[in-house]
Amino acid sequence: MKPIETKKEYQDYVDKKSPNSPIIKNCFNAFWVGGLICSIGQLIFDFCKFRGLDVQTSNTIVSIILIGIAAFLTGLNLFNKIGKFAGAGSLVPITGFANSIVSPAMEYKSEGYVMGVGGKMFTVAGPVLVFGISASIIVGIVYLIFNTASITLV
Amino acid sequence: MEFFQSIDWMQMLRCFVVGGLICIIGQILIDKTKLTPARILVIFVTTGCVLGGLGLYQYLVDFAGCGATVPLTGFGNLLAKGAIEEIGKSGLLGAFIGGTKAAAGGISAAVFFGYIASLISKPKMKKQ
Repeated sequence: MKPIETKKEYQDYVDKKSPNSPIIKNCFNAFWVGGLICSIGQLIFDFCKFRGLDVQTSNTIVSIILIGIAAFLTGLNLFNKIGKFAGAGSLVPITGFANSIVSPAMEYKSEGYVMGVGGKMFTVAGPVLVFGISASIIVGIVYLIFNTASITLV
Repeated sequence: MEFFQSIDWMQMLRCFVVGGLICIIGQILIDKTKLTPARILVIFVTTGCVLGGLGLYQYLVDFAGCGATVPLTGFGNLLAKGAIEEIGKSGLLGAFIGGTKAAAGGISAAVFFGYIASLISKPKMKKQ
């Protein structure tokens, strides 16, 4: 093999060797893994409903159980294997939120349990909470402005 | 098993398909744009929040159940719905209380389990 001299040649070499992101296959994997995670959620939800809990409580229980499972799978280094295979299929469901908390925390464990684990937990999840909660407050205020019935309650 | 007889399999199928489709949107965003996963999560939560505020997301929840609530858009919807519900009870204050209150279970679970899982995990050894 002739030596690689220029940057361009190297880029060509990389392009040749690296598989070109197969979007159809990725989407298919994302579809069934994401669907499966939601179906597991639905199964837990149905079970809670079967036990006579209301919708809101059941939804909270579903979130807590899925987050718990995903957090521990990430801790055991299993979740990133699923993530590599499924891409957005494991990222977009609430499992991705748990994963995004645990993986940076694990990475910075050597920096200590307070500033390392406790501080870095929110490198990815922080923005999600910031934007999510801010958006919900804005939605609430907009709703308040356009809904005269609730203005009287202020 | 009485429970397994009570499962609505059509509902399960709708949940699977809608949940999967939402993930496909995420996958297309990953493959076709240069957005980092963090930005994609933010986009999903904010979109869910806006759709929830407009009352549109509720149709999807009614249709697909957990297929709509488990993806992060459902988390956004939960925040918006909580804020609107709480406004009915306590007015402007509700906008600040409601969202986090509705999502409190999920957020607390994520913090708690996240911390415990990080503690018990062994950092990956980098192969030299």
